[in-house]
Amino acid sequence: MPPGILTLAADKVTLSPANTGFMLISSALVMVMTPALAFFYGGMVRVKSVLNMLMMSFISLGIVTILWVLYGFGLAFGTDKGSLIGWDGHFAGLSGIGLTQLWGTTNIPIYVFAVFQLMFAVITPALISGALADRVKFTAWALFIALWVTVVYFPVAHWVWGDGGWLFKLGVIDFAGGTAVHINAGAAALGAILVVGKRIGFKKDPMRPHSLPLVMLGAGLLWFGWFGFNAGSWLNNDDGVAAVAFVNTQVATAAAMLGWLAYEKLRHGSFTTLGAASGAVAGLVAITPACGCVSPLGAIAVGVIAGVLCAMAVGLKYKFGYDDSLDVIGVHLVGGVTGSLLIGLFATGGVQSTAKGVFYGGGWDQMGKQAVGVVSVLLYSLVVSFILAKAIDLVMGFRIGADEEIAGIDQAAHAETAYDFTGAGGGAMARKGPALGETLTKKVDA
Amino acid sequence: MKLITAVIKPHRLDEVKDALQSFGVHGLTVTEASGYGRQRGHTEVYRGAEYTVDLVPKIRIEVLVEDADAHELLDVIVKAARTGKIGDGKVWSVPVDDAVRVRTGERGPDAL
Repeated sequence: MPPGILTLAADKVTLSPANTGFMLISSALVMVMTPALAFFYGGMVRVKSVLNMLMMSFISLGIVTILWVLYGFGLAFGTDKGSLIGWDGHFAGLSGIGLTQLWGTTNIPIYVFAVFQLMFAVITPALISGALADRVKFTAWALFIALWVTVVYFPVAHWVWGDGGWLFKLGVIDFAGGTAVHINAGAAALGAILVVGKRIGFKKDPMRPHSLPLVMLGAGLLWFGWFGFNAGSWLNNDDGVAAVAFVNTQVATAAAMLGWLAYEKLRHGSFTTLGAASGAVAGLVAITPACGCVSPLGAIAVGVIAGVLCAMAVGLKYKFGYDDSLDVIGVHLVGGVTGSLLIGLFATGGVQSTAKGVFYGGGWDQMGKQAVGVVSVLLYSLVVSFILAKAIDLVMGFRIGADEEIAGIDQAAHAETAYDFTGAGGGAMARKGPALGETLTKKVDA
Repeated sequence: MKLITAVIKPHRLDEVKDALQSFGVHGLTVTEASGYGRQRGHTEVYRGAEYTVDLVPKIRIEVLVEDADAHELLDVIVKAARTGKIGDGKVWSVPVDDAVRVRTGERGPDAL
């Protein structure tokens, strides 16, 4: 992403209506990904906890939006402080930004860039929630989101994309968030579940998805929104790079879905819908860092490799005994690492960046840089997320009670249930005073 | 009188119903049921995790008939319900002391 601020008057550049429109649409597309993720995850949990799963993603839209406006944008994209964090007073509250101030060389208003990046900040903590399904206090989760974006996401976004961020300066390629979003969220998921622990009945009770149609709907909407995520990350459509990113997003996702399905047909005998949806998401994750620097054929390779690797990786939790409920580690961490490292092999040097991968005569230099990006973000997020989760657990307890977990977190946390299976409609209303009908009658009489 | 109970595969319900009508049975009760016999259930796979589903969906049909018809009717149901594959179900009959038609109060074979 081209960083830096330009001003209309000072630099005689003009606001581009085309780029601005493109980025507003891209921002809206990325926004859709968070509720899409909610349904992708929501379908995979049991009936008794689907609402909580939806809410864990949805609440991120509330919390992170406000924090982003107050200080998040400033920390991530303000003037660099020591390559580790940014800050700009006039970004606080987004109050010191003029309508005519433009971001970078792309001729889009700073407001547009800020809102586009906001959508990334919203979905990243929501991704973590899949690992904690069914068992965490909603208040503890909300606090975790607020703290996590503040001390993990905002700084890491600065490292990777901020002007002066140390990974940006090093030349690590992360087009749309392979490290900042997916590896970051996947590592955080691992850190958090090491504190929170397994669901009651893990590996003993059946925990089948309650609605695969919801999973497919969520995955489909994620795929749709991801075009804004990836193509929009070039911040303009002047030079064709966004178009390449768009094409590669489609191609890699298709390839990954086929790769995952082929693996599970060979391994387990069936082409499952959950496999198709998961494979597609794995491909989207893997192509995210690479979509601006590989060719469509390279994108096919990235997709197939990620699809198969992630399909293999989701079984690791049973082997190692950690309960990553909905495979955030298996899909987002493994997919993100795969895509980021494959840049070192498949970067063509002719699109977003001149850096070339091993297969295009570039040697191992870019692979080394990608590895630094992967390892540093992974370790930072893992350690800090573990500490945050531990602190929350000590102060207020991260988990709900065992009886509440067994009965279903929806009832305990939200006083709601997702579906009414009682033909007769349930019991009487628990309210004091006259029944609804009586009140209405009195009003009519008066 | 006899009560004949048949537990069959759901997709054979129409054939069994038609066969019962052809035989001259006037009424029957159908219930959704679940269970397993020798074949046990089936296996489902979600991201490589295998779940054994023991109880598979079945249809239970209950018919009240006169003693003289019971033996033949078992054969009629079996013929209509059979697919030859595992899990086709079971049919059995048990003696019934009495029956009453609620609307008229008729008793015994007249109530059928």
